[in-house]
Amino acid sequence: MRHTITVLVENEFGVLTRVAGLFSARGYNIESLNVAPIQDKTVSRMTIVTRGDERAIEQIKKQLNKLIPVIKVEDISHTVHLEREMLLVKVAACSDSYDALLALAESSGANIVTDHIDSHMIIELTGKAEQLDKFLLALTPYGIIAMTRTGPVGMRRDAKGFSLG
Amino acid sequence: MKLSGAEILVECLKREGVDTIFGYPGGSVLQIYDAIFQQSHFKHYLVRHEQGALHAASGYARISGKCGVALVTSGPGATNAVTGLADALADSTPMVCFSGQVPSALIGNDAFQEADVVGITRSATKHNFLVKHVEDLALIIRQAFHIATTGRPGPVLIDIPKDISINICEFEWPEVVNMRSYQPVTQGHPGQIKKAVRAMLACQRPVIYSGGGIMNAVGSASLLRELSHALNAPVTNTLMGLGGIPYDDPHFLGMLGMHGTYEANMAVSHCDLLIAIGSRFDDRVTGKLEAFAPDATIIHVDIDPSSISKNIHAHLPIVGDVGVVLKQILEEIARKNGAPDAAALALWWEQIAEWRSVDSLHFEQLPDSPIRPQRVIQAVHEITHGNALVATDVGQHQMWAAQHYGFRKPHRWVTSGGLGTMGYGLPAGIGAQIASPGERVVVFTGDASIQMCIQELATMYQYRLPIVIIILNNAYMGMVRQWQEMFYESRYSQSYFDSLPDFVKLAEAYRGTGLKVDKIEQLDSVLEQAFAIDNGRFVLVDVAVSKEENVYPMVPAGAALNEMVLS
Repeated sequence: MRHTITVLVENEFGVLTRVAGLFSARGYNIESLNVAPIQDKTVSRMTIVTRGDERAIEQIKKQLNKLIPVIKVEDISHTVHLEREMLLVKVAACSDSYDALLALAESSGANIVTDHIDSHMIIELTGKAEQLDKFLLALTPYGIIAMTRTGPVGMRRDAKGFSLG
Repeated sequence: MKLSGAEILVECLKREGVDTIFGYPGGSVLQIYDAIFQQSHFKHYLVRHEQGALHAASGYARISGKCGVALVTSGPGATNAVTGLADALADSTPMVCFSGQVPSALIGNDAFQEADVVGITRSATKHNFLVKHVEDLALIIRQAFHIATTGRPGPVLIDIPKDISINICEFEWPEVVNMRSYQPVTQGHPGQIKKAVRAMLACQRPVIYSGGGIMNAVGSASLLRELSHALNAPVTNTLMGLGGIPYDDPHFLGMLGMHGTYEANMAVSHCDLLIAIGSRFDDRVTGKLEAFAPDATIIHVDIDPSSISKNIHAHLPIVGDVGVVLKQILEEIARKNGAPDAAALALWWEQIAEWRSVDSLHFEQLPDSPIRPQRVIQAVHEITHGNALVATDVGQHQMWAAQHYGFRKPHRWVTSGGLGTMGYGLPAGIGAQIASPGERVVVFTGDASIQMCIQELATMYQYRLPIVIIILNNAYMGMVRQWQEMFYESRYSQSYFDSLPDFVKLAEAYRGTGLKVDKIEQLDSVLEQAFAIDNGRFVLVDVAVSKEENVYPMVPAGAALNEMVLS
């Protein structure tokens, strides 16, 4: 089963390697991993998407907690939560396809970041993973030149924070 | 007070109360060695190979209950230390290892004697640090000792670039260490303690299964015994937990697992309550997981949450320091003023007596026949009255020592359990002797294991450590040969030595005493001679034992504990 785990870590040298190394050393898989500092710059927040049965996920949480720079771990999969992912996609453009691409972007809620009518445009879309998949599929006929996705970040929908305490 | 990084290191060790370190100098640690030369707070023991330094620090830590400390140079010095770190990690041995590193400006340049030591040791340590500024050094050392000795203990490595050891800064000693990301739980959850005690008083066939956690929670062995007596419950120990309860206590069932006793494994297989204390359900203990303690409610007390329900689901997990939790449990038993079901326990003990009567460790030593290795262990027990500090290497001799020596107290037995490191014995014995200079140290080893760190004989001589080394010499890698015999139709692939050195001459070359025993009738007298030598030097006794002896009982890998092969 797919699980989304959020982790607060000390924002220090090597912590990403420790987390990634733990997954590879113990044979767990990482579907995606996202990390960036929070408002308190000494702390980073990770969102890790992984797969495993309950027992494996329990071990993953415990093993993460065992890493010295890990402050807090929560599996938000069982809570009411939301996940968002960002996509940057570079797609071939020409005067014939320009309007259609514009319309597609607009109907999908995507932003055009750069456009060069006669060569390419770069489109940014933030949404659920499935939305991004759908959008990419729709763009495929136009010729995707390059794309990059952040992998999801997530948080609980309720008023509760995910703080150091 | 302005100090160089090297002086800060020395000052911090002094303030941490370190009296002993093991190490080997080299280019990147010259500054540190120079600072060590000029101080008198702790003694540095020079080993002959960095692996030896780490194992000696481990032996020292296990016997003294203090944190072991090692110092090695960059590159090969540090990579040689990796086995010792991994060993300490597997056996939860508190240890701080300092490694030199090339100067900061050269890191990443493939410099002479450079290795990515923080990268290499990440999964072989509990935690590791690269020091980037000399101002951080004192706090890092403080944190390293804190991490190594608290929670589930383990090795911590601090990598110190050469310029850091030279740079000067104002020395500040951090009085307290407070790490928001590392706060091990020591107290057991009161609700869980209540539930556990209820289960203990309601059960009919309890077994206490305790491990190395009892050694790490200093003082908890007496509480373990108290619990066993309060519940009238039998106790079995893991390899690492031997000495947790006296071997001659009537409640002791012996070791469990692959080479455990029949009664221990049968009791675990038939119990209705298994109380695991500071043990981790290692595969060498459980055998086939689905058949392990199938009818039991499992209480698991451990300081490491990740050990709980990793291999075997625990019905009643209690995270905490085993000493603290044992105290809580005993208080709750006293408060409830309850007693276990005496009639049920009488039946249980009757059943255990029946299993015991199988006498699974029994062996016979016939005159005029090859020396049985078990007899050698027994003879050493007799001559030392069971009071020696025992270190071992890894293999058959280790299992025979575990089965036949008999330990009355904790912190008397030093062996490589988790990693199974051949070469551990000699240096670990050195650490044990240094931790406890007045006591008799015996190292049981094999003809294969001893050759993996044999250079440490020079260390033994240098420091005049009067260790008695017993080689159970069967001219095989005995355990490998045993498995080849049992599972590979006796194809002894690469497990035979036809070019063993003359160990007696070797001992003498290293300036100790070498003795040889070939026949059973010489055994006692040669041992007596060995233990009587009083010149401060080591004595090596090379005992030719029966070549194809197997360790029994044995639970074949993957089999259930009640599917033991007795002989």
